[in-house]
Amino acid sequence: MSVVSATASKASASQPRFPVLRRLLPETPTVIAMIALLLIVLMAVFAPWITTGEPYQGSALARLKPIGTPGHWLGTDEIGRDMWTRLAYGGRLSLIAGIAPVVLALIIGGGLGLYAGYAGGRANTIIMRVMDVFYAFPSVLLAVAVGAMAGSGLLNTVATLTIVFVPPFVRVTESVSTRIRHMDFIEAARATGIPTWRIILHHMLGNVAGPIVVYATSYASISLILSAGLSFLGLGVPPPAAEWGQMLNSLRQSIYIQPWLSALPGFMIFVTSMSLNVISDGLRNALDLKKQM
Amino acid sequence: MTEQVSSGAEAPVVSVRNLEVKLKRRSNVISAVNGISFDLKRGECLTVIGESGSGKSVMLRSLMGLLPSNAQITGEIKVDGHDVLRAGKQELMRLRGESVAMIFQEPSTALDPVFTIGDQIIETLIRHEGMSHKAASKRALELLELVAIPSAARRLKNYSHEISGGMRQRCVIALALACNPKVLLADEPTTALDATVQIQLLLLLRRLQSELNMAVIFVTHDMGVAAEISDKVAVMYAGRFVETGTTEDILLSPRQPYTQGLLNSTLHAGMRGQVLQGIKGAPPNLAELPAGCAFAPRCAFSDEGCLSWTPDATALGGSHYAACRRLADLPEFKPVR
Amino acid sequence: MSNTGTMQKLLDVQGLTKHFTIRGGILNRVEGAVKAVDGVSFSVNKGEILGIVGESGCGKSTLARLLMGLITPDSGTVTIGGQEMKMRGRSLVDLRRRMQMVFQDSHASFNPQRTILDAIAYAPRVHGKSKQQAEAEARDLLTRVGLQADRFAERYPMELSGGQRQRVNIARALALQPEILILDESVSALDKSVEAQILNLLQQLKAEFGLTYLFISHDLNVIEYLSDSVLVMYLGQVVERGPVQDVYSNPTHPYTKALLASKPSLDPRKRTTAAPIAGDPPSPINPPSGCRFRTRCLHAEAICGKRAPKLTAVGTEAHQVACLMNEPGSGHSKAAA
Repeated sequence: MSVVSATASKASASQPRFPVLRRLLPETPTVIAMIALLLIVLMAVFAPWITTGEPYQGSALARLKPIGTPGHWLGTDEIGRDMWTRLAYGGRLSLIAGIAPVVLALIIGGGLGLYAGYAGGRANTIIMRVMDVFYAFPSVLLAVAVGAMAGSGLLNTVATLTIVFVPPFVRVTESVSTRIRHMDFIEAARATGIPTWRIILHHMLGNVAGPIVVYATSYASISLILSAGLSFLGLGVPPPAAEWGQMLNSLRQSIYIQPWLSALPGFMIFVTSMSLNVISDGLRNALDLKKQM
Repeated sequence: MTEQVSSGAEAPVVSVRNLEVKLKRRSNVISAVNGISFDLKRGECLTVIGESGSGKSVMLRSLMGLLPSNAQITGEIKVDGHDVLRAGKQELMRLRGESVAMIFQEPSTALDPVFTIGDQIIETLIRHEGMSHKAASKRALELLELVAIPSAARRLKNYSHEISGGMRQRCVIALALACNPKVLLADEPTTALDATVQIQLLLLLRRLQSELNMAVIFVTHDMGVAAEISDKVAVMYAGRFVETGTTEDILLSPRQPYTQGLLNSTLHAGMRGQVLQGIKGAPPNLAELPAGCAFAPRCAFSDEGCLSWTPDATALGGSHYAACRRLADLPEFKPVR
Repeated sequence: MSNTGTMQKLLDVQGLTKHFTIRGGILNRVEGAVKAVDGVSFSVNKGEILGIVGESGCGKSTLARLLMGLITPDSGTVTIGGQEMKMRGRSLVDLRRRMQMVFQDSHASFNPQRTILDAIAYAPRVHGKSKQQAEAEARDLLTRVGLQADRFAERYPMELSGGQRQRVNIARALALQPEILILDESVSALDKSVEAQILNLLQQLKAEFGLTYLFISHDLNVIEYLSDSVLVMYLGQVVERGPVQDVYSNPTHPYTKALLASKPSLDPRKRTTAAPIAGDPPSPINPPSGCRFRTRCLHAEAICGKRAPKLTAVGTEAHQVACLMNEPGSGHSKAAA
C-alpha cells in the first residue's frame, strides 16, 4: 500500500470548475499552439474581409510576383492570383478537410468501439476483425485507393478520410472500453439492474472520452496532411479551388523560380498540423491525473 | 528509538539513526518517515507493523536506496558497513544482492515473464558472484531446494505464469537469497497469499533466517504474522515508531494507545458477540501532519498537551520503549479475549 | 440448515453449477473445463448471516456472481422467499430488488468521474424514482453509514479513504432496499482498525434494516466473528457446513481442519511448528475425480478417487461434511460399515 493513498482526516477542497482547462493553461507550448491555431481559424473565417476577396482572380501580367510586392504582400501564384487571399481561403477547405473526417470518425468509430467493448464475445470479434482488414492497409495507400474510387471533390475527400480513420478509432475505443467493462463499478451497475444502454452512456462514455479525444486530436494533423496530400496527387479538391495541398501541387513547377513563394502553402500546413500536435500532447498531459500530483 | 548495543557483542548489521524521508511533489511535501532509529543484528528478525499511510514501505525502500529522485533523505543508514545514503551508484549496485535483498508483495511482478526461473537466478549469480554458467546452474538448483520447492529441477525450466502464487513467492525468495545477503527486507510478502500458503511461507522464512543467520526486516499489518516469526517488533504510525520491544512485549503487554487499539481491532477466536473497539477516525494525511503526537486526534486518552508535544521514547524496561506522554496515566491494558 | 419454527428460509440455493469450457488448439476443440462452481446447495434463514469461506479457486466469487445473475448458471435453482428466480428478464429484475451485492473495495469499484451521490442515487433513478427523491434518500443513506451527507455527497471516489469508500459501497447496495446483501470480500482490503469499524457498521445496519447477509471471505477470523452459519468451499464444492461454533470447534473435513490450523497464532510463546498442509490450492481446471481434496489429503484411499462424497451429518443434523470417512458404507477404511 503506497504512502500516497494516505487519507485526509478533514475535508479536502472539492474539485474546482473546468479542471482540464486550468491544467492546460500553465503549459506554455500548448498555449502558443492554441493561439496559433486560433489565428489560423480566424484567418480562414474572416478571409473575405482581410484579403482582396478574390481567390480566383488571376492576372496574366502579375504572375509569380515575389513576397513583398506592393499590393500583394505574399506575392502571386503562377496564374497571378494573390497568394495571401488564396492562403486565407485555402484555410477554409484545408481545415474542413482536416477536421471534419476526424469528428465523423470519432462519432462512428467511437460508437462502434464502445459497443464492441461492452458487448464482448461474438459481436466484438466480428466488429474488430472487419476493422482489422482495413487497418492492415497503410493509411496513405488506403486513402489513395478509396480516393481514386470516390473521385475528387471536398465531400469525397472527407468521406475517404473518414473511412480511413474509423478503424484505428474503433481499435483504441474498444481497448479502453474493454478495460473499463471489467471494472467493478460496471459490474455493480449491472447488479443494480441498470440497462445496457444506460451503462454505456452514463458510465462508460465519460471514462472512454478522455483517451479517445486525445487520440483523435492527434489525428487532426494527420488528416490535414493526408487531405493536402490527396489534393497534391490530384485526388482531393480539384483546381481552381484554393486548398493548400492543391496549391502545393500547382506551384510545383515554380519552385525554381520563386522557391519561398512555392513553399508558403507547405508552411501553412506545417504550422497548422504542428499546432494540432502540440495541443493534442498538452491535452494528454492535462487529462493524465497522475501527473497532476 | 535507539537501543544500547551491548559491549562485546557483534556489531549490528543494520543501523539507522534519525532517518527522515520527505517526498516532494508538485503541490505538497509528504513526510513519510519522521525520525526513525534502530539497530538489527544478524540472525534477528524485526517486524514493522503499520497500517496504510504509516510510511513503512518508504522506510523499507530507503534501506536499499530504492527511493525516487524526489525524495529528500536525512539521517544515517548503515547496512553491512556501507553508508547507504552516501554510497555511489556502483557501491549501491554491489550492496543490493550481496548485502541486502528485498521481496515484495506481488510475486508475479517480481519475476520477468519472458525468462525462465532458472535463467533469472543464473543471471543474478553470474553477474554478482562471477560464477560460471555450470556452477550457477548447480547453485540455482540448490537454492530452489533450499526454499522447499518440489521437483526443483523441473521448476528451473518453468516460466513464472506456469506456476502457482505460493511457488512464485518461493522462487522470488530463492532469487533474493542467491547472493547470500546478510539482510532480507520483506514488504508484505504474504498479504496476497491464501492462509494455508501463508503459514508455509512464514515457517520457511523462519527456518531460512536461522539456517542462514540472516537479519530480516518484515513489514506487515498483520499481528499474527509478527507473532509467528519475529524477535522484535516496531509499531509504526505516521512515520515514527510509537512502540518497540520484543515480540512478547508488544503483543502481550503493549503500552502505547495505538498499539493497544491495533491489538483490540485484531479479530481472533472468542470475540464473537462483542462490539469491536477499533480505532475511531482515519490515519493522518502525511502531507499535513499535525503538530504534536500524530495519534492524539484519535486517541481515547489524549489531552490538550498531547496536541502540541511530540513524545520521545520512554524506556519501559529491557528493550521495550513506548512514545506516549501519558504513559503513567493510562489504565491497565486488558486485552480482549 | 436447521429450520426452527420461528425462522423462515429466505434464500434457498439448490445444485448451482457453472463450468467454463476451455477451448484451445488449432481447431478450437474443447480441452477441458473450469468447474468453478459444482452443485452447491445451501439455505439462509431471514436475519441470519451465512459465512462462505475458502481459498483461491474455491469458487466463492463465482458463486456470488451467479447469485446476482451477473453470470448465467448452467443449472441449479435460486429461490427467494419461496419464489424461484429465473436468471433473466422480469425475474432477474425482481431478484436484484431483493438481493444486492457489496463489492470489495478497489480503485475500480466506483466510476471515477461521478460523485458518490450519483453513485448511490443513479440506480434508484433508473428504476423510476425522481431525481430529488433519489438524492434525498441517498443523502440519508450516507448519514446512516456514517458519512455526513453535506461533507461527502459531492465528493469524488478518489478523495475518500478505503474505509469511507467501503461505506459508500454499502450505501449503494442498500439504495434499492434489498432484503439480502451479498458481501464479497468487503473488508479484505481494509486496515484492521478500519475493518473493525465496518464490521460494527454491518451489524448495526443489519439490525436497523432487518437484513440477511451472505458474507464471503478468506479470513477465518472475520467469518467466525460475524457469521451464524458457515459454508467451507473447496474447488467449487461445499466440503463442510454448519453453525459456526460447531464447525470451528469440531472441524471434521480434513481441509477444514487444515484451514483452521493455518491461522497464525497471536501468541509468540505458542508458535505454529509445522504447516498443516503442503502446496498451493490447485486450480479448478480439470479437478481430481471423486473427492477433489484427495490429492492433498493425508487419509486418502483408492475409494476416494472413485466415489464423490455426499454431505452427511456430523453429530447434529445441522453440521454436515462431505467426506467418505463420515459416510457409512462408503468403502473407506475409517467409515462406519
